[in-house]
Amino acid sequence: MAKSPVTAVRPPVPQPRDPDEADRPAGRKDKRNRLRQPLRHRLKRDRALLLFCLPGVLYFALFFYLPLAGNVIAFQDYQPFLGFKQSPFVGLANFTALLAEPEFWSAVSNTLQITAIQLLLYFPAPIALALLLNSLISEKIKRFIQTVVYLPHFLSWVVVVAMFKQVLGGAGSVTTLLMEHGVSIGNVMTDPGTFKLLITAQAIWKDCGWGTIIFLASIASIDMGQYESAAMDGAGWLRRIWHITLPGIRPVILMLLILRLGDILSVGFEQILLQRDAVGPDASEVMDTYVYFHGVVDGDWGMSTAAGLMKGVIGFALILAANKLAHRFGEQGVYR
Amino acid sequence: MSQQSVVARLRTARSGSRPRKSNGRPPWMERPHWYGQGTKALALAVLTVIVLYPFVLAIGTSLAGREELNANGGYVLLPHHPTLEAYRVILSGGVVTQAALVSICITLIGTALSLACTVMIAYGTSRPGTVLGKPILLMVLGTFLFAPGIIPTYLAVQQFKMLDTYAALILPVLLNAFNIVVVRSFFQSIPEELYDAARIDGAGEVTVLFRIVLPLSKAVLAVVGLFYAVGYWNSFFNAVLYLNDAGKFPIQVILRSYVLNGQSINASAMGVHAVPPATSLQMAVLIIAIVPIFCVYPFLQKFFVKGVLTGAVKG
Repeated sequence: MAKSPVTAVRPPVPQPRDPDEADRPAGRKDKRNRLRQPLRHRLKRDRALLLFCLPGVLYFALFFYLPLAGNVIAFQDYQPFLGFKQSPFVGLANFTALLAEPEFWSAVSNTLQITAIQLLLYFPAPIALALLLNSLISEKIKRFIQTVVYLPHFLSWVVVVAMFKQVLGGAGSVTTLLMEHGVSIGNVMTDPGTFKLLITAQAIWKDCGWGTIIFLASIASIDMGQYESAAMDGAGWLRRIWHITLPGIRPVILMLLILRLGDILSVGFEQILLQRDAVGPDASEVMDTYVYFHGVVDGDWGMSTAAGLMKGVIGFALILAANKLAHRFGEQGVYR
Repeated sequence: MSQQSVVARLRTARSGSRPRKSNGRPPWMERPHWYGQGTKALALAVLTVIVLYPFVLAIGTSLAGREELNANGGYVLLPHHPTLEAYRVILSGGVVTQAALVSICITLIGTALSLACTVMIAYGTSRPGTVLGKPILLMVLGTFLFAPGIIPTYLAVQQFKMLDTYAALILPVLLNAFNIVVVRSFFQSIPEELYDAARIDGAGEVTVLFRIVLPLSKAVLAVVGLFYAVGYWNSFFNAVLYLNDAGKFPIQVILRSYVLNGQSINASAMGVHAVPPATSLQMAVLIIAIVPIFCVYPFLQKFFVKGVLTGAVKG
């Protein structure tokens, strides 16, 4: 914001945050002295708060940062009986071996295809649903629909896949019903050709309603006066959506798009793991399942850790890049 | 006028005025044509059916008897003679009962632990000027950017000798940075004067937390507790990853082996002689796997929108 002349004239009003600060003589030296209070004293003062943090800090250290450091085995020929310390370092051998593996590239290609389909179909779905819900006048109907569409978000993937199987599987109720009327859709659940569409449909069924929450909230914060003056100027409902609602929620859309970009290489791990057997790895292997099956199941630790690490680093780089891009467009982005 | 009636009137006035504001058509919005309204109604009806149909189908099938299932080709939407036979068989001791008990215990213990640790670290980092407060907060926020990966996490759990223990279902997913941020930002939204007043009265941090902060945070605790509880109840992958002993499997893993992998539910595993039709049993397991969510969902629904938004704004 530009500096206005008013703020330059008005003397700055001191706003003491610390209650003790008010009755001290305000001096720079004094403040520095207070900050230089020995660490021992400050630790003693805050020991209760620090004790509160202890379990959480331990958790993040043991189950997050320690495994993060454990990624060194991507550069090792890791032998479980030797452990991290004794396993020999092999430099980038795991990575070069990985890049020469056709199965790995098939997993990458599947992952990217699924991400593309989901960006196209799954990402806009909650926005469309939010627009529809927002257009409802009756509070009662709106609340009812919301209650219904939020519900599947709380189900596990096992339940969702099981439900899809009983409805659309080979002996499922809708499949059977269509069969009786002479339409055969085969067994959608085991068809490798439509697998990527199937999992996108499942993702939409599960989380589309839940995704509307954030869009509805940002639509609600748009100034009503804009709609009124647009309507006075003769804008119909479609124009009002296009020129007011959508620009109004643009920052939120961009923010979620950026977050999605960081997750580009992780697509529905549990969901795919559950259905991998039914359609075969050719159509369903993604980077996460590749890591799981080659590492934990087949014991190829070094190479699959390399795959996981690569995925993490690319995701991190994508988040940084997308955030930069958002700033370039003059948006807030996720962080500054 | 008694004091009670004033309170009652205030309460009705407050709750009465809230929905009226957003009800009714805004002045700039004209009534849509009948075909517009019709399309909208149709879309909403289709949406509702698509979401609810699988539930009704599962419940109906789980309650149906053998003759009815055979007559309908294996699926029944609304059974004419509902029977609880499938549930009786499943819950009469055996694999599914055991798994449901495991899931219940994991969910209760895990949620309590997670919530306690979340509240503590959120409170510890929410007070301004704490020594090490900033680094600890950064440590929490750092988890948004990186993920350690499946294999290193697995190896860590293995090193801690937690394979094949129930601890492996709780400890690796104990805390979630998103939930910590939600709780922390709620604590910070409590007026500073309340903290100061309590401190002047001689309250220590523990007293402030339990007597001032927690009573004010019931809503956010309900939301975060729900998120943790749903996570534990639905946990499937960690069980597959860390457990080999089938006797320790939680309900979601059992559901997969019976419904998705088509493992047959035989009489001996259930501890009974006669067994109801397989689809009824499968759907009964499915329903048992979602019943707890159905039970808490209506009570917590009014809270979670707020919880999600607090997290989205600050996170």
